Amino acid sequence: MIPASFDYVEAENADAAIAALTEHGDEAKLMAGGHSLIPLMKFRLTTPQVVVDIGRINDLSYINDGGDHIAIGALTRHMAVETSDVLKAQAPILAHVASHVGDPSVRHRGTLGGSLAHGDPASDLPAAILALNATLVAKGPNGQREISASDFFTGFLETALASDEMLTEIRVPKVPDAGWSYQKFNRRAQDWAIVGVAAVSNGSTNVAMVNMGHTPLRSAAVEAALAGGASAADAAAVAAEGLTPPEDLNGDAEYRSHLARVLVGRALGEAMS
Amino acid sequence: MQVETTVNGKAMSADVEPRTLLVHYLRDELELTGTNVGCDTSSCGACTVHIDGESVKSCTMLAAQARGAEITTIEGMASADGTLHPMQAAFMECHGLQCGYCTPGMVMAASSLLKENPNPTEQEVREGLEGNLCRCTGYHNIVKSVLTAAGGA
Repeated sequence: MIPASFDYVEAENADAAIAALTEHGDEAKLMAGGHSLIPLMKFRLTTPQVVVDIGRINDLSYINDGGDHIAIGALTRHMAVETSDVLKAQAPILAHVASHVGDPSVRHRGTLGGSLAHGDPASDLPAAILALNATLVAKGPNGQREISASDFFTGFLETALASDEMLTEIRVPKVPDAGWSYQKFNRRAQDWAIVGVAAVSNGSTNVAMVNMGHTPLRSAAVEAALAGGASAADAAAVAAEGLTPPEDLNGDAEYRSHLARVLVGRALGEAMS
Repeated sequence: MQVETTVNGKAMSADVEPRTLLVHYLRDELELTGTNVGCDTSSCGACTVHIDGESVKSCTMLAAQARGAEITTIEGMASADGTLHPMQAAFMECHGLQCGYCTPGMVMAASSLLKENPNPTEQEVREGLEGNLCRCTGYHNIVKSVLTAAGGA
C-alpha cells in the first residue's frame, strides 16, 4: 500500500515547522516518527497535501530535570522514555507505559509527542499523561502556551492543538514516591488496549482510561468516589458510569464496562497499597 | 526527490517520489530484495532493517525519512568474505527457520535486541521479538537461535 502523493518538506527546527503549518494550513500534517501517520496515509484514511517532517529536529529530543517536573522533548522516542533512568526514578509509570507501545522496532521510531498529538483513544501513553496530570507545551506563530493533559484530548483523533501549533514539550510532575499501576488488557502482543487503566496515587488518586470513549479520559466517577471516602472496591464499581465505550470485534460496550470495573479495581489495588 | 543514504556501508542514491516507502527504495531502487514485505502494516516485522543500528520496520518509514542514515539490511550482515553474522550462523545451527520468509526480519530484529540486551532471558527474547511474526509458528527454534547467538544456550 502506497500513500497518496504529497509534497515533502523537512523542517530543521520548530519555527520552520510552524511556518510551514502557517503557510499550508489544514492541508499540512506534521510527521515525527511517522508510526501513526504513515499507516493512516497508506490506508488513505488521511491524504495530506504537504507532509512536514519534524523527525530530525534533534534538539526536541531530551529528558531533562526541570525542578519540580521532568521536561521531555516532544520528539523523544518511546525507547528513550522506556529506558530513561530519570523517568524510572521520578515518574516510573511513564517509562513503564512506554514499554507497552507496539514492539521494540516501533518504539525505536515512534515519539512521545507524535503519539499524544495523534490523539488515539486506544493508545497507551495518554493514560499515563492523564494520570500524572502532565502539562503539554504547544508552540505556534504567536508563541507558546501550556495545556493541561485533561484539556488536551478533545475528540476522536483530535486534540487542543490548533492547525498552526506544534507540541514541543511534555512536563510530568516528579512523583518518586507515588503508588502507580497500568493495567492493559489485550489479547495479543503488540495490540492496542481493549481497555487500559492508569492510576497514580500521591495523596489523592488520579485514574485515567483508554478505549472507554472517543478520547482517552480521566475517570471523574472513580476519582469523585475516592475523594468522598469510598473504598477501592466501591470506587471501581462506578468505573463505567457516564461513559460510552466503543464497540468493535474485541468487545461490545457491556464487555468494556465490565473490563473497566475489573481493571480499575486492580489498578487501585496496586497503586494504593 | 533525491534520497542519499549509506546502505551496508556503501553510499547509495535514488530519485524517488516523496511517498516512496523505505522498503520499496531498498527493493525496487537499490535491488536489495532480501528485505521482505509481509503484512505491510507494521505488524509482522518481515521488512525489519537497521537504521543507525536500531531495528525499524521499513514498510512504515518513508525513504525520505532515511536520508543521510546508515542502513543495514540482511545483505549487509555477513562479512565480505562470506562469513555469516553470528546471528545468521545461530539460525542455521539451530534450524531457526522453516519457509524462511520471516527470517531476514527475525535476524535483523534479533541482532538489534542483543545490542540493547546482550544476555537476555528466554522471556526477554520472546518479548523482544513480539513485533516479528513467523507464520510457520517456528518460534521455539527462533528463540533458541537468539539465545545461542547470545551465548546463553
